[in-house]
Amino acid sequence: MTEALLIRGRLFDPGQGLDRVGDLLIEGGKIAWLGEPGLAPKPDVPVLEAQRLIVCPGFIDLHCHLREPGQEDKETIASGTQAAARGGFTTVCAMPNTQPPLDSGAAVDYVLKRATQEGAVRVLPIGCITRGRKGEELAELGELAQAGAVAFSDDGNSVADPRLLRNALEYSRSFGLPVIEHCEDASLSKDGVMNEGWTSARLGLRGIPPAAEETVVARDIALAELTGARLHLAHLTTAGSVELVRRAKEKGLPITAEVTPHHLTLTEERVMGAEWGWLGRVPPRHQPLNSCAYDTSAKVNPPLRTPADVLALNRGLQDGTIDAIATDHAPHRLVDKLCEFDLAAFGISGLETALAALLALVHIGELKLETLIEALTYGPARILGRDTQTGLREGAPADITIFDPEAQWVVDPQAFASKGKNTPLAGYTLRGKVMATIVDGRLVYKDDSL
Amino acid sequence: MRIREQSQLYPPITKPTASPWQHRHILDLDDFSRQEMEFLFHTADAMKEILGREIKRVPTLRGKTVVTMFYEPSTRTRLSFEMAAKSLGADVTSITAATSSAVKGESLVDTVRTIQALGSDVLVMRHPCSGAPYLVAQQVASSVVNAGDGWHAHPTQALLDLYTIRSHHGGVEGAKAVIIGDILHSRVARSNIWGLTIMGAQVVLCGPPTLLPRFWGQAYPQAIIEPDIEAALADADIIMVLRLQRERQQGGLLPSIEEYVRLYQLDERRLALAKPDALVMHPGPVNEGIEIAPEVAHGAQSVIEEQVANGVAVRMALLYLLAGGAH
Amino acid sequence: MPEKTILTEEDIRRSLSRIAHEIIEHNRGGQGVVLVGIHTRGVPLAQRLANLIAEFEGSQVPVGSLDISFYRDDLSWRDPPPVVRRTDMPTDIAGKRVILVDDVLYTGRSIRAALDALIDHGRPESIQLAVLVDRGHRELPIRADYVGKNLPSARREEVQVRLKETDGRDEVAIITNREGGGQ
Repeated sequence: MTEALLIRGRLFDPGQGLDRVGDLLIEGGKIAWLGEPGLAPKPDVPVLEAQRLIVCPGFIDLHCHLREPGQEDKETIASGTQAAARGGFTTVCAMPNTQPPLDSGAAVDYVLKRATQEGAVRVLPIGCITRGRKGEELAELGELAQAGAVAFSDDGNSVADPRLLRNALEYSRSFGLPVIEHCEDASLSKDGVMNEGWTSARLGLRGIPPAAEETVVARDIALAELTGARLHLAHLTTAGSVELVRRAKEKGLPITAEVTPHHLTLTEERVMGAEWGWLGRVPPRHQPLNSCAYDTSAKVNPPLRTPADVLALNRGLQDGTIDAIATDHAPHRLVDKLCEFDLAAFGISGLETALAALLALVHIGELKLETLIEALTYGPARILGRDTQTGLREGAPADITIFDPEAQWVVDPQAFASKGKNTPLAGYTLRGKVMATIVDGRLVYKDDSL
Repeated sequence: MRIREQSQLYPPITKPTASPWQHRHILDLDDFSRQEMEFLFHTADAMKEILGREIKRVPTLRGKTVVTMFYEPSTRTRLSFEMAAKSLGADVTSITAATSSAVKGESLVDTVRTIQALGSDVLVMRHPCSGAPYLVAQQVASSVVNAGDGWHAHPTQALLDLYTIRSHHGGVEGAKAVIIGDILHSRVARSNIWGLTIMGAQVVLCGPPTLLPRFWGQAYPQAIIEPDIEAALADADIIMVLRLQRERQQGGLLPSIEEYVRLYQLDERRLALAKPDALVMHPGPVNEGIEIAPEVAHGAQSVIEEQVANGVAVRMALLYLLAGGAH
Repeated sequence: MPEKTILTEEDIRRSLSRIAHEIIEHNRGGQGVVLVGIHTRGVPLAQRLANLIAEFEGSQVPVGSLDISFYRDDLSWRDPPPVVRRTDMPTDIAGKRVILVDDVLYTGRSIRAALDALIDHGRPESIQLAVLVDRGHRELPIRADYVGKNLPSARREEVQVRLKETDGRDEVAIITNREGGGQ
């Protein structure tokens, strides 16, 4: 399908203040026309009925782990991008903590080539900051940029050595690409497996204090100020981090930040079982644990935090302190999670539940739909310098997501396209479903009911 | 003066007649009712009688298999469980980390599924990871008894502690129970907070701030935190002293063992602040001269050895209640 | 369910009195005898027999109580396991003449369990058995030495012994269950 007509959809584009029912014509991979229903200039093309559905710019995920090369048993570019398509994402940025890590032009080339061959959606690789992600010496950032890396990150680790990070920031300026920092002080978080709080005290698990993140956020902001380079902070989780970024932005520093769907909707109590932690549901303090406690599906780094943190992240998103929502999609094998909590892998398979989880916030009135869509589209696009190619605009690439904000469904990980079935939302009934995803005019995903 | 247990020749036969027992697994004490604990102690009394006989063995669990699976060295607890199981006539199989497939990299889930396939009625497990018994309970059909998981829980230790207190003071209702030491890393403390408060005691926690972080007040609101050891011990009825691991000092949580001794050791002077008939308890093994002075550990108020003896009776009662019927 | 009284308070008193006399007669006045009641209703029966013997002979016979839960052969069919009661042996039973006391003798399985339980406490010179009611239907080669009343019954009937100490009144009743089932 490179030609199609979407009819009677609710055309929704927060970047242009667009929100009205209309038709949209796709031709040659681009949006050819949009306007009043029935007035399209070339109506004899395949028609997609979009009544009562929201038609918006395709979602962009700044942060996901496709695991290829090296860990194809967890995910591949093929399965990961299919998961993205099902989640309404038309573009995903692939983090470089693969095996080997994406620290060379050849590795970036490989990912791009595989993506062209097998990718369902657009894949933008991110290159390493340091060689082998070891935090010892800079990777060849110029070569990575030339090969097509869109940002640099040692995600999974902070660059522990502040001088090395300073150099990375200075050096990256010449390419105009952002440095994405995973903010975590490895000494403060050592051996931690969840948030340090009442739940970890109750369960006897080693905690990761909020300060493990905040001390690095503060340090990185100071280095961004020193160098004037573009710094993007990955998956913020604490109220303190939000406040630090807010103040940095007030100073006019070129800092951006992201938050994940799980950190906006789940709290640390989720580790105690599926009935707790979702949208601020906190168990009574005398609640006995049931045998589903120590739920490894809620083990993620950075960890799920407290209701106060979730609220602060939500505020940060609403006031623009946080620019984007990114999934941090981290697929794992069953055996990586079906084990002792201390030994389980960190991470949540998030691409296929992101929209529905976030719409829960819209449904309960905690988030505006336009803020949500903005954070999934223009927010990340601006960080990647792709905002001019984004939006429901004539002439723009036809990257479009169509979803039903009301459709209810039960999360069944076995039905995921992702190889990673590790989600804390398994069995949850969510409202809001992706119905179709279009990349460059190609229909890459369509729900059976459409 | 301590109240000694009186042996009743003809106890009223109106004691419990219907079993309030609800448990299939013993993972922690947080899901116990007071009635269940009383019932368990009542059953343990009958076990104590068996242990007082010349032939300390009954055939009750003949044909049942109890597997002890210890991923952490603990001769005391494992022996206690094995004696309990053998006294009830069960077959006992032991798996220790060295003999299990853990060294070969087999996962815990695979190991317990194998044990299940070979047939076990009760799986007694100790594991260094908090929550491991919860994972196992989801994977097997047999009853799971937590014999200590990480920092989280050690329910049978807390039960034998309560049983020991009951045999001296009749019960813990309204008693002040002080737990001193490394609360943060203590599964014994966590289970005892539940057990003691369910039975009606007021728990007071006391230890260095690095070993008792601020979230304890939220995690265990039923317990009071009293950093000053002298205030904590004032008028206490029960004093539980926790073992101090030397790693805590190496881990930077304490400046020195000597300073810990100075600030937190239970010695005779501090013990005098508690009620005169206060019981001194310790889950063992005791570091004499560190968390507790030798003269206190061996003093008139110490019931440390009794705790060990009661452990077998309490574990027998648990095994009987878990495996004695049909499930 | 229809219920018929088989023994009244007076009948029970007379039966126990006769049993007490027989015990004295068979055991040279009660020397070296220990009465052991099986929980629940054997315990007060043993006590009553001891009182009667004391009345007739002026000598005190030691009384014990025995819980047989740990020795039952039907545990795997019971859910949850039976409530355990305290076993108390007033004296060393080795070399003694132990008289087990129970309310009803039926299949014999409880007595089998009681024999095992007793022997774990020591080796008596002999063991005898006294029961208030023998209702037949034995499944094991066991018989009573002293019987208050032989009561032929059908399996579907239930024989209910009630005692003042446990039930507030003395009587033995027979209850006919419509749908099978024993006691």
